[in-house]
Amino acid sequence: MNANVEIPEIEISGVTKQFGNAGPVLDAINIVVGKQEFVSIIGPSGCGKSTILKLIAGLSSPTSGMIRVDGMTPLNARETISFVFQDATLLPWRTVKENIGLGMELERVPKDRREKEIATLLDLVGLKQVAKSYPRELSGGMKMRASIARALATHPRVMLLDEPFAALDEMTRDRLNEEFLRLRAEQQWTAVFVTHSVPEAVFLSDRIVVLAPNPGRVYAEFSVDLPMPRTAALRGSKEFDALASRVAHTLRETILQ
Amino acid sequence: MKQKTITVLNALAVFAVFLFLWQLILWVFHVPRFMLPSPYAVALAVLARFPSLMNSLAITAEESAGGLIASIVVGVLVALVFAQSRWIRKMLYPYTLLLQTVPIIAIAPLILMWMGAGLPAVTLIAFIISLAPIIANTTQGLISVDENLVHLFLMHNASSRQILFKLRLPHAIPNLFVGMRIASGIAVIGAITGELFAGSGRVGEGGLGYSILYASSQLQTEYLFALVLAATVLGFGFLFLIMFLEWYFLHKWHESARATEIE
Repeated sequence: MNANVEIPEIEISGVTKQFGNAGPVLDAINIVVGKQEFVSIIGPSGCGKSTILKLIAGLSSPTSGMIRVDGMTPLNARETISFVFQDATLLPWRTVKENIGLGMELERVPKDRREKEIATLLDLVGLKQVAKSYPRELSGGMKMRASIARALATHPRVMLLDEPFAALDEMTRDRLNEEFLRLRAEQQWTAVFVTHSVPEAVFLSDRIVVLAPNPGRVYAEFSVDLPMPRTAALRGSKEFDALASRVAHTLRETILQ
Repeated sequence: MKQKTITVLNALAVFAVFLFLWQLILWVFHVPRFMLPSPYAVALAVLARFPSLMNSLAITAEESAGGLIASIVVGVLVALVFAQSRWIRKMLYPYTLLLQTVPIIAIAPLILMWMGAGLPAVTLIAFIISLAPIIANTTQGLISVDENLVHLFLMHNASSRQILFKLRLPHAIPNLFVGMRIASGIAVIGAITGELFAGSGRVGEGGLGYSILYASSQLQTEYLFALVLAATVLGFGFLFLIMFLEWYFLHKWHESARATEIE
């Protein structure tokens, strides 16, 4: 977009992914994500959305093509990346506090710094009251808040999110969307957010990439020129609805074609 | 609390009915005493020979507890090895099945022949018979971790050691307890089986298995019943202890531990 010479945060060029002898899941994908950009990837099921995240995270490697995160290979860039999964993936034998500290613990952050960070995050995501509870005592929304707090604890520059709010009811999801943008305004990470919800993609993103299935490929892109900070009031606005219906229309095309 | 009292009362009521039916059979069919003694006669036998009964119980308890603890330690270590790779599992798992299918009755005389009758040999038999469920259940727990959790650990550059000790091992603890529950019952069976073949010592100096053999050869049916009762109490004691530990360690976070709570 703007002609800056700096290295993009994430660069996916000509990436194809094939499992065994089956047809490719992803075919010649090109996506560039700028620093501190929020990009949503949306598409019908089976278009390889989650596979793209796994490739960026280095949890899987492309059959051909190149992926760079801040100019490095995904494996080398790992400590700058946090991954948030569709289910909260909390360890059931750890309290909320201990779960939030897990990433830092694995990266051998000293205990006193961990405690400080955990206290800040508990406040930030509003889980102070349940810090010593176990995951099974929490609601779905609270679990996801804990999961996001755990991801933020290691101060990532890139957040990869695989449909984190998909399992939540609509009201909780909307509220978490708002909280999520608030968190991002404070910390300014780059985000690649996979979703199948059009309103969610429009509400959160700077840019939306629409994928088509069989094989998974980039079908269209939309830039979202809605002002930040975005609040709940935006959802009813004319501009929001207009963009959402354009994205939804394009999404329908990818299935019908 | 009220619910608990009712549960206890129910259990006691069932026991009372059981004793009554037992006595009824004696009255109606005039069964000879040496075939089926009355509950009262069994109770008298328990009281009269309490010290030697307790002595036998202690010996068997020591053997089966020793075998059980050894099988837990060795079983978890073997499971940790099994969890390392699919190849190791494929190569070695058939042999753990062998452990499970070998008739303990058939190898008990062999072990006694090799090691000589005594506490170590009987403990070894209890160990062998209770090992398989520990290995099988713990391995299952170690390898059935959600793939996303492994990914999460990898994203934070976790070492394979961290993945083992902070993820796989805690995840396997509920499975380990399932294995321990099964093993606790069969460890007692193993010890008694071993004792049946370890024909040494006088009455009161052998374990429950030996005393059972002796009492039956002497037609001391009341005492035989008392010994069977003691063996049952021993197995139940182990099971209860393990279920308590399971509850203690898991009730805060694991659903199954809550399900085993007696309502």
